[in-house]
Amino acid sequence: MAWDTFATVAETRRALEQKQVSAVELATHYLDRAEALNPTLNTFITIDREKTLAEARLADQQRAAGSAAPLLGVPIAHKDIYLIDGWRTTCGSRMLENFVAPYTATVIEYMRAAGVVTLGKLNMDEFAMGSSNENSYFGSVKNPWDFSRVPGGSSGGSAAAVAAGLAPGSTGTDTGGSIRQPAMFCNLTGLKPTYGICSRYGIVAFASSLDQAGPFAQTAEDCALLLNAMAGFDPHDATSLDRPREDYTRALSAPVTGGKPLAGVRIGLPREFFDDGVAPGVTRAVLAAIEVYRSLGATTVDISLPNVKYAVPAYYVVAPAEASSNLSRFDGARYGHRAEQYDDLLDMYKKSRAEGFGAEVKRRILIGTYVLSHGYYDAYYLQAGKLRRLIAEDFKRAYEVCDVVMGPTAPEGAYPLGSASDDPVKMYLGDIFTVSANLTGQPALSHPCGLDEHGQAVGLQIIGNYLDEARMLNVAHQFQQATAWHRRHPAL
Amino acid sequence: MSLSTQDIERIAHLARLAVTPAEVAAVQGKLNGVFKLIDEMQAVNTEGVTPMSHGLDMVMRLRGDTVTETNHRDKYQRNAPAAADGYYLVPKVIE
Repeated sequence: MAWDTFATVAETRRALEQKQVSAVELATHYLDRAEALNPTLNTFITIDREKTLAEARLADQQRAAGSAAPLLGVPIAHKDIYLIDGWRTTCGSRMLENFVAPYTATVIEYMRAAGVVTLGKLNMDEFAMGSSNENSYFGSVKNPWDFSRVPGGSSGGSAAAVAAGLAPGSTGTDTGGSIRQPAMFCNLTGLKPTYGICSRYGIVAFASSLDQAGPFAQTAEDCALLLNAMAGFDPHDATSLDRPREDYTRALSAPVTGGKPLAGVRIGLPREFFDDGVAPGVTRAVLAAIEVYRSLGATTVDISLPNVKYAVPAYYVVAPAEASSNLSRFDGARYGHRAEQYDDLLDMYKKSRAEGFGAEVKRRILIGTYVLSHGYYDAYYLQAGKLRRLIAEDFKRAYEVCDVVMGPTAPEGAYPLGSASDDPVKMYLGDIFTVSANLTGQPALSHPCGLDEHGQAVGLQIIGNYLDEARMLNVAHQFQQATAWHRRHPAL
Repeated sequence: MSLSTQDIERIAHLARLAVTPAEVAAVQGKLNGVFKLIDEMQAVNTEGVTPMSHGLDMVMRLRGDTVTETNHRDKYQRNAPAAADGYYLVPKVIE
C-alpha cells in the first residue's frame, strides 16, 4: 500500500470512506513510521502496537457493518496527559513513569465514539510545564524541521508527530499557549477552544481554570473535524459548558458572495502585539499574511489592549498557584513514585515528591505555594484575578469594533535546544501573546503564515470572541485556500 | 521583594518537597528573577475590580444527592506503591 504520510485528516477520512485504505493498513503505516523515526525525534513516550491494531480492526469491522462514524478508522496520537484505560499515562514525569490509567478521559471517549483509533501517547513537558519540551523526564523532542531546534511546548510531541507525518492529527492541551506555540514552531494549525468546550475529565490537571484540550493538524479544516469529535458537555467536569453540540465545519462551505470569501470580516490589530520585542522576521511574515487577509475581503482596524502587558505576570501567579494545589495529590501514597528510603510519613512525602518531580515543576510548586501562603494571597492571587478581569474587559471592548484579533503567536520562531532552558524568565516571556486567551477563556488558534529570518516557521494567532470557533476556523481556512505555507513538509 | 534561603526552605517544607542546601542556592536566583517579573503587576491600581476566576462567569451546576459511582477500589489500588487488604500502606503515624 502506498500511502501519502502527509495526508490530511479530511483526505484520510475520505480514503477510508471510499475503501481505498483500511484502518488496519493506516495504523500499520503510521506505527511503522513512528517506530522508525522515534529514535531520532523522540515524539512518542508509549507506542502499543497491539492495542492500536485492535482498535483499527474494530473500526474496520464497524465499517463493514455499516457504521458511518465521522472519523471511523482515522488514527490520532494523544498527548500523554490524557488518561486512556489500560494505557500507561506519564504526563512526561518520573512521578507517573509506571502509572497505568484506570479510566479514560472524556475527550478520548468522545473521539472513540467518532471512530478515532489511538496511535499512541506523545511526549510533553513534565506536567505540561514548559515551552520547549526540554522539561520531559523522557528527554527532549526534536523539531522535525531542524533536529537542533526545539519543537515548542508543552505539547511538543503532539506538534512534532503531525509535522513529521507520524499521524494525520493529534491532541494537545493548552494552559498558556501549549498548543498554539508548538503549532507555530512546527508549521501546523493548532486550536485552543473556548474554556469549557472540551471536558477536562481524565486530563492530568495543571492549572484548572486555564487548562483546555484542543487539536493539532495541518489545516484549519482538520482542526474543525477534530474539534467536532472532541467537544461536548460532560457532567464529570464541573466547568463543562452545558450546550448543544455544534458543527465547527459549518462555515467552511458557506457560499461566497461577491468573490471575496472574507468580505465583512473585521480584523483587530493590537498595537501591543507589534512592538519591537518581536523578531523582525516574525513581524514581517505576520504583516504579509494580514495583506493576504485584506485581499480576501477582510478589513483591519488598529486596536489597543492596554492590560495585556500584565498577562505574563498574572499568568505566572495563577498557573503556579493552581498547579501547587493540583500537584499536592502526588504524595507517594496512592499512586505515583514513592521513595525507597524514608524515616516517617512526612519524610516519605518530601522525598517521594523531590525524586518524582523535575526542576521546573518544583520551581512552579514553590512559586505557587509562596503566593498562596499566609499574608501574600491579596498581593498575588487576588491581584492576578483582578488583572484577568481587566484583560477580559480589554478584549470585550475590542470586539465592539472587530470580529477577530490577529498577531504573532510567539515573539520568535523555533530556537536552538538548550538556548533558553536555564532561564525561566526568558522562557516565560515567550508566552507573552498566548497567555491572555487562557486567562480570559477565549478561543485562539495558530496557523502557518511564513518563515522568519532563520528559516523557521511563523504562526499567525487568531484570538476570537467566546464560542466563535466556527468563524475563526473559517477565517484560517480561507487563508489556507489562498496560500501554501501549511502544505510545506520537512524532508524525512 | 527578595526570597532568602530561609524563605525557600520554609516554602519547600509547606510544599512537602525535600531540598538540599545546594538546590536552595541554585533555585534562589531563578525564583527571585520570576518574582521580579511577577511584581510588575503590582503597578496596576485594581481597586474596585472584581477578580475573575473563570472566563465565562458560569454558575456551578448542582446534581441530585444520589449515588453515581461504582466501586473501583481494586483497579485503582493497582497503581499504589504499597497496598494490602484494600488499604493503602504508609509509615506508621500513630504510636
